[in-house]
Amino acid sequence: MKKSVILGALTIAGLSAGAAAAGTLDDVKARGKLNCGVTTGLVGFAAPDANGEWKGFDVAVCRAVAAAVLNDPNAVEFVPTTGKTRFTALASGEIDMLARNTTWTFSRDVDLKFTFTGVNYYDGQGFMVPKALGVSSAKDLDGATVCIQTGTTTELNLADFFRANNISYEPVPIETNAEGQQQYLAGACDTYTTDASGLASTRATFENPGDHVLLPEIISKEPLGPLVRHGDDEWGDVVRWTLNALVTAEELGVTSTNINEMAASTENPEVARLLGTEGTLGEMLGLDADWAKRAIAAGGNYGEVFAKNIGEETPIGLARGLNAQWTNGGLIYSPPFR
Amino acid sequence: MSDIHANSVAFVRTEEVPTAPPPSNAAGPAKWIKDNLFATPLNGLLTLVALYFIYAILSSALPWILGGIWNAPSLSACRDILDGASAACFAVLTERWNQLLFGFQYPDDQYWRPGLAFILLFIAAAPVLFFDLPRKLLAFTALYPFIAYYLLWGGTIFVPILALVGVAGGFMVYQRLVAGSFAAGFFGGIAAAFAIWYIGGLLIPDNASENAALSAVPSRYMGGFMLNMMLGVTCVSLSVPIGIALALGRQSSMPLIKWICVIFIEFIRGVPLITLLFVANVMLAYFFPPGSGVDLFLRVVIMITMFSAAYIAEVIRGGLAALPKGQYEAADSLGLDYAQAMRLIILPQALKISIPGIVNVAVGLFKDTTLVSVISMFDMIGMIRGPILASTEWNGVYWELFGFAALLFFVVCYGISQYSQWLERRLATDHR
Repeated sequence: MKKSVILGALTIAGLSAGAAAAGTLDDVKARGKLNCGVTTGLVGFAAPDANGEWKGFDVAVCRAVAAAVLNDPNAVEFVPTTGKTRFTALASGEIDMLARNTTWTFSRDVDLKFTFTGVNYYDGQGFMVPKALGVSSAKDLDGATVCIQTGTTTELNLADFFRANNISYEPVPIETNAEGQQQYLAGACDTYTTDASGLASTRATFENPGDHVLLPEIISKEPLGPLVRHGDDEWGDVVRWTLNALVTAEELGVTSTNINEMAASTENPEVARLLGTEGTLGEMLGLDADWAKRAIAAGGNYGEVFAKNIGEETPIGLARGLNAQWTNGGLIYSPPFR
Repeated sequence: MSDIHANSVAFVRTEEVPTAPPPSNAAGPAKWIKDNLFATPLNGLLTLVALYFIYAILSSALPWILGGIWNAPSLSACRDILDGASAACFAVLTERWNQLLFGFQYPDDQYWRPGLAFILLFIAAAPVLFFDLPRKLLAFTALYPFIAYYLLWGGTIFVPILALVGVAGGFMVYQRLVAGSFAAGFFGGIAAAFAIWYIGGLLIPDNASENAALSAVPSRYMGGFMLNMMLGVTCVSLSVPIGIALALGRQSSMPLIKWICVIFIEFIRGVPLITLLFVANVMLAYFFPPGSGVDLFLRVVIMITMFSAAYIAEVIRGGLAALPKGQYEAADSLGLDYAQAMRLIILPQALKISIPGIVNVAVGLFKDTTLVSVISMFDMIGMIRGPILASTEWNGVYWELFGFAALLFFVVCYGISQYSQWLERRLATDHR
């Protein structure tokens, strides 16, 4: 059977290529599985555990969408992608959505023809220095040697920052994060710079994390979020509003533990609309009324997902910072459910 | 004679003096050390420097290895146990052992299947590698690919059986037609095999895999060292015959065949393997409708096989070129046709000359299988770089994991190399 599929695929490839034009939402429902692109492994964001089960902050988005659409948070086929293969995997239809700490930029949105459905983590480039250096601000780093990954946007951001502040630095080019970690610990550079979340998770693996500090300056904007292909707005809406449902749930105090109680006895009309006891929001989306309830029950609201995977209780220990709710001075903000 | 001496000298020894042991500095370890390590002052100096380096490396590496922690749930727990001391944290190997060997998605109650396939591999390879063994064992070798496929992928047993029937049918057609001409037999056999696969493929019901005795495991669930072994064994065993065909084709007097082979070899050799892998992973997906694409494992096997076949073809061409022209003329003068001449006279000699080159390509190919980690397949290196180093428990462990991977690869590659040296000695029929 398998061989005939292979041989058949060669001959009918041209004929059936048109069949893919049906909506992604229908494809996913028919398949019974969500193909979700993730990273091949990034601490806290996506990695399989010792039992081979995918865990992480980006993984939680995939599971929430699967729960909303397919009523099963485990009906996800995780397709690991590298930085190089992620966009072709999405463009070719191998995956339905990509949740792989991907920065939302103009050219990716417009030129590569993807639709970013929101931001689930606001990152930015930061600096890590040994405490013994006695530096408290990145502006004190005049003349410092800096470990920097070559060929990345961080390299350009670094040059901009030092030029804007009229101070000098000496770059120590490195290839990968693992190499940077080793070089920095070996004292080859005074400071190591990359995304702040990466710095925090790197520091968490040090033998003595307390000997190193992250400087307060964040010198670039890296909004990370899930994305889908251009041109299928119904599917884009499903992913966008699933993410928004997690955010809104935190804002309204709906958690995975109190969700049934809230659904049964809430007085708040927005909670009722969110959880499907009032209004027809699910129907508008092409799903049933309980979609958001399932998405939230899958892994908890945005705050729970954050705390469980990358929050201050975990070894990675990221503070909410920019990723706090807008009511707490952060940038996490969902349009209303109405 | 002795009478003469009896008169002219006072004493003649009549029995042999018992051999005295050589002086202590001219025998045994002392002599060996003097000759080999301290022959000249410069030699002596180099010996001392080398000893110092060996001591420096061992004195830091041995305590690190011997003091290693084998049992801990995470890197931080391991460091707590060590309490500031510097030693290896081998606990990552014990905790992620199955993931290193089988990848993280292969169902863990089915690990016996790849294990059994691995053991059977030795039985199947033995008659090919050691031709003193009874020839009847080759029957098992011929069946092995189908058995291994069934064990590793599972699913309905009809697929490997159908594949086997197709190969057998193709072979029978070949036998029937080859008496007329080799080309008719060759292409007739291939056509018959494809016809059987196609018709048989229609007969197997679509849901046959659902209640199979061995549950179906998709290719993307394969990983770890198992994936390296699968890719290495498949690609080496496929690329040797293809490489021979390409080498012969390149020497052909028929321009069409010759130019196809030349262009194929030169094109593939001129492209980096990593480019071919990206094509396999990324570009081919555009040519197939979404969801029905050819299995990624198969795509990678095709690309790596093409790559190493081109190299092996050039190695064998070197062997063919090294044969004196007289060998070809001798074959012709015996009245052998092309296929007979190649099979009986030319190739046995050419292949013998090419053994070191072929083994070199095979070892390189086996190590190159780790490149699939860049196209998000979880071979051994992919497992280490991806899931294991990205887990919150083990982020930051490098030496132990990569050292273990190096050790496994070394064992396999050294084994291949030792086998090839044995083979060269075994096949040495000239008197040098």
